[in-house]
Amino acid sequence: MLTTNLILILVVLSNLKLLGSSRLGASIRVVAAQGVVLGMLPILAHMNELSVRFAVLAVGTIALKGVVFPWFLFRAVREAEVTREIEPYVGYVASLVVGVLALGVSFWMCTRLPMPEAIASPWLAPVALFSIFAGLFLIISRKRAVSQVLGFLVLENGIYTFGVGVAARTPLLVEAGVLLDVFVAVFVMGITIFHISREFDHIEIDRLSTLKD
Amino acid sequence: MNAISLIPLLLALVLSPLLLGVINRTKAIFAGRCGQPLLQIYSDLWKLLQKGAVYSRTTTWIFRAGPMIGLAAVLTAVMLMPLGKCPALLAFPGDFLLFIGLLGLMRFFTVVAALDTGSSFEGMGASREVFFSALTEPALFVVLLTLAQQTGQFSLTAMFAPVSNAHWLHSGPVLALVVLALMIVLLAENARIPVDDPNTHLELTMVHEVMVLDHSGPDLAFILYSAALKLWLFAALVVGIVLPVTDSAWLNLLLAVGGMFVIAVIVGVIESVMARLRLPVVPQLLVGAGAFAAVAFLLGLT
Amino acid sequence: MIYILVLLPLLAGLAMFALTRPAMRRGLLLGTALAHTALAASCWKWTPSPALNGWLALDAAGLLFLSITSGLFLVVSFYVVGYLGQEMNKRATDEEEGFLFDNAPETVFIGCLLLFLSAMTLVTVSQHFGLIWVAIEATTLASAPLIYFHRHHRSLEATWKYLLICSVGIALALLANFFLGVAATQPDREGFPLVLSELVARAHELQTPWLKVACLLFFVGYGTKMGLAPLHTWLPDAHSEAPSAVSALLSGAVLNCAFLGLVRMQQVCVAAGLGGWAQEVWIALGLVSIVVGAVFILGQTDYKRLLAYSSVEHMGIIALGIGLGGAGAFGAMLHAVNHSLAKAMLFLLSGNIITRYQTKNIGHVRGLLSVAPATGLLWIMGFLAITGTPPFGLFLSKFIILKAAFDTGHAWIAIVVLVFLAVIFIGMTTVFFGMAQGEPQKPMPRIRDRWWQIAPPAVLGLLVLCLGLTVPETLGNVLRQIAATLGGTP
Repeated sequence: MLTTNLILILVVLSNLKLLGSSRLGASIRVVAAQGVVLGMLPILAHMNELSVRFAVLAVGTIALKGVVFPWFLFRAVREAEVTREIEPYVGYVASLVVGVLALGVSFWMCTRLPMPEAIASPWLAPVALFSIFAGLFLIISRKRAVSQVLGFLVLENGIYTFGVGVAARTPLLVEAGVLLDVFVAVFVMGITIFHISREFDHIEIDRLSTLKD
Repeated sequence: MNAISLIPLLLALVLSPLLLGVINRTKAIFAGRCGQPLLQIYSDLWKLLQKGAVYSRTTTWIFRAGPMIGLAAVLTAVMLMPLGKCPALLAFPGDFLLFIGLLGLMRFFTVVAALDTGSSFEGMGASREVFFSALTEPALFVVLLTLAQQTGQFSLTAMFAPVSNAHWLHSGPVLALVVLALMIVLLAENARIPVDDPNTHLELTMVHEVMVLDHSGPDLAFILYSAALKLWLFAALVVGIVLPVTDSAWLNLLLAVGGMFVIAVIVGVIESVMARLRLPVVPQLLVGAGAFAAVAFLLGLT
Repeated sequence: MIYILVLLPLLAGLAMFALTRPAMRRGLLLGTALAHTALAASCWKWTPSPALNGWLALDAAGLLFLSITSGLFLVVSFYVVGYLGQEMNKRATDEEEGFLFDNAPETVFIGCLLLFLSAMTLVTVSQHFGLIWVAIEATTLASAPLIYFHRHHRSLEATWKYLLICSVGIALALLANFFLGVAATQPDREGFPLVLSELVARAHELQTPWLKVACLLFFVGYGTKMGLAPLHTWLPDAHSEAPSAVSALLSGAVLNCAFLGLVRMQQVCVAAGLGGWAQEVWIALGLVSIVVGAVFILGQTDYKRLLAYSSVEHMGIIALGIGLGGAGAFGAMLHAVNHSLAKAMLFLLSGNIITRYQTKNIGHVRGLLSVAPATGLLWIMGFLAITGTPPFGLFLSKFIILKAAFDTGHAWIAIVVLVFLAVIFIGMTTVFFGMAQGEPQKPMPRIRDRWWQIAPPAVLGLLVLCLGLTVPETLGNVLRQIAATLGGTP
């Protein structure tokens, strides 16, 4: 359980770093590191029932989130020729404060839900919920398309954390399907970002406002 | 108040300038220089005490009183700080609040003395100092609160006593986060890189230095000595959490003093490998430290 | 058999990327659509056996939505073949801003259409909640390139919003799946699989707090895809910027697929005793959707956006029907069928109008009846259908739902809904009749509408009319079966 706790702490720290950082390259690396660290969670969380299924899942997740996604996102950033996030709707210092508040709220919420006994660590559900909040906050408050994709990945990481730690009965097929869906989603989003940067000469989402009532 | 509790006080009074010397020597080694002698600060203090002070005509009694009150405050704070499981001279429940208050008092009088000179240069430094401390003080507060919650004690002496190896095994991540937050606060409060550059005297990089620009003679000696004592205090906080506990009291003390110098070396290394952060980025770092402390507190609650 | 239903469009879609001649591609599209519809029709007579350990099976709700999807796809594919013949290989001028733009390659378009069909089929035949989730996410991803057919900045903006909002919503639905999994675990870790039949059979063993949170998250997640307000913000943009055939499929088939996901959740809730609590959420979402739809229909200047908001409003009516229970569930199901047909018809006709008038602005379209009589006539017919005028089918389903409202004691809901429906009717009357009558502002070339522009909408309109006059016995049985599982008594 100590290693699981360590992984969860690293996830929390990486989320805080994402909330407070303006550099896109560093953010992509942080999200990749988060994915790799979480890829090791299935093995550690179910130490007493190791199986091929968990190993395959871990390897697949690490390969996808640690190698493929960063490579793809770095290409998108290079293509769009941006290095930094522009001033977001909520400033970085305020984002950090919101992040800490979100962590507090996650802890409080998880005291209201009866946790299953098979959970790997008492911190797992709050940290997963915190990742979800952090991902949603990144999507809402950032202006660059790449940051929104990173927020989506953090959201998926949070949901994945919860799934791995709690629902031991999810079959391999569904987990593989989830992984595949995330991969294709990021792929399609990346291609759309290419098109956006070529079409608009920028990838700032707050300037995509032609369609409205 | 027994003889043992005088030991932390005496060690602090005697060895704190040596900490600064170790930091400077580490930086020199990194830069490939010979550097100042280790005991240089002592010579500086002796030299300054023998000089006369020059006071500007625009200043009032606050300017003269500032360094003295600062030194008095930090000396009182030293009396509260235990070292190597030796109890401090003064210990009562809630003394960590007094500790923070005394540091705040010292900072307040430094700032007011700087403003007293009427120069805009010092005013700029004062405003930066107050801004940064507004962010570090909550972090320090939450750190001490976390320790209090972990150990169940409300006195600094009592807080560090139970922090043993078993405690680390049990709630290691929480304590690790606390130490991380404390290190950042140490760097910020003691005007070290990456928050402030103690060497240069350029408007771009000064925060603390600029406030003390007009002091001279014994006043400057007091300020230099209080800075050394303040560094000692923060290092003692970190050492108290990190150091393992052994059965022998003398071994504890020896390890603690060794730990202080290790921290001085670490600060020197950090100063050598990092550059000073841009001014708008410093608040992010400080709020990050506060966030670490808050996360440690929340994790410690469960 | 079930495998064929899913794999046939999938393989055809992948094969599309290898074919070179347009005639072969369009032929394969039509052939696949015909085969798929034939297979779906045969399922009414001979129920296929479950596959994959009970994960894939065709129950009443699945059969209904499979038939709608398959039939709609067949009709729309005829339209698509003609549309591609006209649109491809020419650079078009944007009607509003006057720039030139390209269209996406035909292989991508048809390939994604078939993958889209495969994903929607998978949604209808899945019985495992995780698999349903995978399939709905697949529909989002397969339809994103379809929206980006006209390559210009507005459709790109619409595609980005669609992708992001729907993906976030569906990610929350994934969390709901995990919560459902936790609700299904037992203290001795012998949890049961998330297959619908299992969950319904052992629903009393589900832990209620987790089930409630899972339901709320399902509402947020699948509700976003279904277009329930206030999660509908992607809908108007995506529907107005996509080519009309794609809009027809989005409104007619995809919204239904998301609705099917919510229906599955409702079946579990009813079996677990949370039906009453869930119904309150359905009613709330339904009312908000109707109000939002009505407010944005008034004063709308773009007729495709108007049709999109009308979809929001109709999804609200369907949600309301489920929420009211009793005969309302039967009415909601019938309404889903009718709405798909009528809305698809209207979107295909709007495609005709765009081709002819080169504008999406309501104020610039006049004199449809004189310029293109067939389209104009069908346009009026579609308007009557969608607003619920007898003898069209939507009147019957709306009537059943409102009657259920009075029967279950929610008379005030019925009155509020009637007021807003009247508002919508008035708003849409001015628009539709304004477009149909009068004289065109610029002289229009007198070209006759082609067969592929007229026949598909006409067929759909006829079906809606028939459903309004009589509900066939087999269809009625299926609807009653579904309504029973949703806690309704017809």
